Amino acid sequence: MAVITYREALNQAHREEMERDERVFLIGEEVGVYGGAYKVSQGLLEKFGERRVIDTPICESGFTGVGIGAAMIGLRPIIEMMTFNFALVALDQIVNHAAKLHYMSGGQFTCPIVVRGPGGPAHQLAAQHSQSMETYFYHVPGLKVVRPTTPRDAKGLLKSAIRDENPVIFIESETLYGVKGEVPEDADFLIPLGVAEVKREGRDVTAVAYSGMYYRVLEAAEEVARTDGISVEIVDPRTLRPMDTETILASVRKTHRVLVAESGAGFAGMGSEIAAFITENAFDELDAPVARVTGANAPMPYARNLERLKTPSKEKIVEALRRVCAVG
Amino acid sequence: MAMKDKGAATKAASARDDEKLGRELLAQMLLIRRFEEKAAEMYALGKIGGFLHLYIGQEAVAVGAISTLRADDYVIAGYREHGHALAKGADPGRLMAELFGRRDGLSKGKGGSMHLFDRSVNFLGGHAIVGGYLPIAAGVAFGIKYEERDRVILCFFGDGSVPQGEFHESLNLAALWKLPVVYICENNRYAMGTAIQRALAQTEIYKFAESYKIPGEACNGMDVLAVRDSVSRAVARARESRTPSLIEARTYRFRGHSMRDPSAAVYRTKEEVEQEKLRDPISGFRDQLVREGHLDEAGWKALTEEVEARVAQAVAFAEASPEPPAEWLYENVYADEPGGR
Repeated sequence: MAVITYREALNQAHREEMERDERVFLIGEEVGVYGGAYKVSQGLLEKFGERRVIDTPICESGFTGVGIGAAMIGLRPIIEMMTFNFALVALDQIVNHAAKLHYMSGGQFTCPIVVRGPGGPAHQLAAQHSQSMETYFYHVPGLKVVRPTTPRDAKGLLKSAIRDENPVIFIESETLYGVKGEVPEDADFLIPLGVAEVKREGRDVTAVAYSGMYYRVLEAAEEVARTDGISVEIVDPRTLRPMDTETILASVRKTHRVLVAESGAGFAGMGSEIAAFITENAFDELDAPVARVTGANAPMPYARNLERLKTPSKEKIVEALRRVCAVG
Repeated sequence: MAMKDKGAATKAASARDDEKLGRELLAQMLLIRRFEEKAAEMYALGKIGGFLHLYIGQEAVAVGAISTLRADDYVIAGYREHGHALAKGADPGRLMAELFGRRDGLSKGKGGSMHLFDRSVNFLGGHAIVGGYLPIAAGVAFGIKYEERDRVILCFFGDGSVPQGEFHESLNLAALWKLPVVYICENNRYAMGTAIQRALAQTEIYKFAESYKIPGEACNGMDVLAVRDSVSRAVARARESRTPSLIEARTYRFRGHSMRDPSAAVYRTKEEVEQEKLRDPISGFRDQLVREGHLDEAGWKALTEEVEARVAQAVAFAEASPEPPAEWLYENVYADEPGGR
């Protein structure tokens, strides 16, 4: 197994799937000549040519629609959003068209597209470039929503997303592109969508976290292990829709305490949904209410100190872990 | 008929062809008209629910344009699309069953009037977001080019789509990438209740083509042969040189925006509607065929009876089809689940 970055893992997934299947192509702003705004598509134009790596003008709705139309007649587009905040411009295409074509045609048409790009808070990118965009998509029946955490996840999940028959929203993270990790080199290495991973075994509390929040929860888990002797199990759902509720519930039945950490604003967020299905399915297992650590219910400010306040920090997670375990 | 004379030798053959084509176009327009009149009746009886947008008055556009296509070409349209689906070859019985919300409907009863799809005839919907499917049409054309085929796609929309950004994004991409798509704007002068001069700074819609450096043309949308003529040139350009076009078919909707706007009296006058009905594309074309000796009274009667029988059959088929079973609620949400493919 090679140690590569999250960015390289995504690049490999593109390469392998484009080599495997002639119908796969990449379309988006700056994906070709520029090599990708975040260099995920570096070298793909040179390898696959202009037919399969298509630079677009700035028109998210337009080029997302192009992907949907191509998918309707059998192609398998990967549509890059320079950042997922821009996908709001294409929300009509994704929600009204891609998500519903299969259903409202009575199953006659499928829409196998992947819409991918970075989302979530980064470093002082302010209100219009820092949103945790998964929230806008996982509500929609017909969409699958993926948020990969490690380089291994990034590669295995993207390859599965490309092979999936449904529209898949695949949200990466600016802050993770440089993260390194072990990634299988096998061209058939896949991580199935809808399967969570227990990334850290523990006894006392289940922490559910994905993407960048996973790393912060991991730091917090290591700290509370040292300072309080709390053993934290971390479950990474990886796919938010469909969600692997069974793996989360199995962990809850083991630890009886839950913390959900998410970078987005908490109101009607992922933590609300997770708390709801745990309450519905494992209420008697709980020794404490489900705790949530979320982004503040405010737009992302630019100033560094305010940005820090907006974002769930390791300290806030440590405090919540202690609270839910009734320590201190 | 306004067919080009290609010399004396072929004149007799072409007259026969003209006659056959003329009757076919007339029959298709009449089928759409009678089908929709019947659908309006069924709506009044409560057999059809939701929104029902009638195409009555505009039949020459779909029929004339789609008559230029091969079977493997594609058509995509908006929510006023019963006529386009029928002209592309969708079965009237399955279409009526869809309007009834029954299991044998084109979309298994899950789409309704605004979401007709028929893969078997390359009819790609049935979309109810104004302007939203115009980029999808460009995408189908992109796919055709990607796979190096010589198919084309016709994309029908109303004047109400023109102010939308997606209209402009689509024309730009189609022109920039040389995609085999023909955008056909059915200008009926009202976007729901908003008259075109209240919606567009440039009301000569075909002129938007110039901004994107593609051919643009206006035609008389009440004349099936005029539409056929314009669109056949555009289809040839798309097929042969992957040049997209914008065709503006000037037409008129005789009924309200939907069944919930029956009188359409708030935003246009009775006199205007009556005046426009004098340009009825069906009676006008019938009279032309009679004048040119391609059709007589008996022929017209036979054609009418045949069309009415087909519509009656369609209603009987829809009535006989059961409601979709409860378990279909969750089928086809995702493509890899039961019933998904």
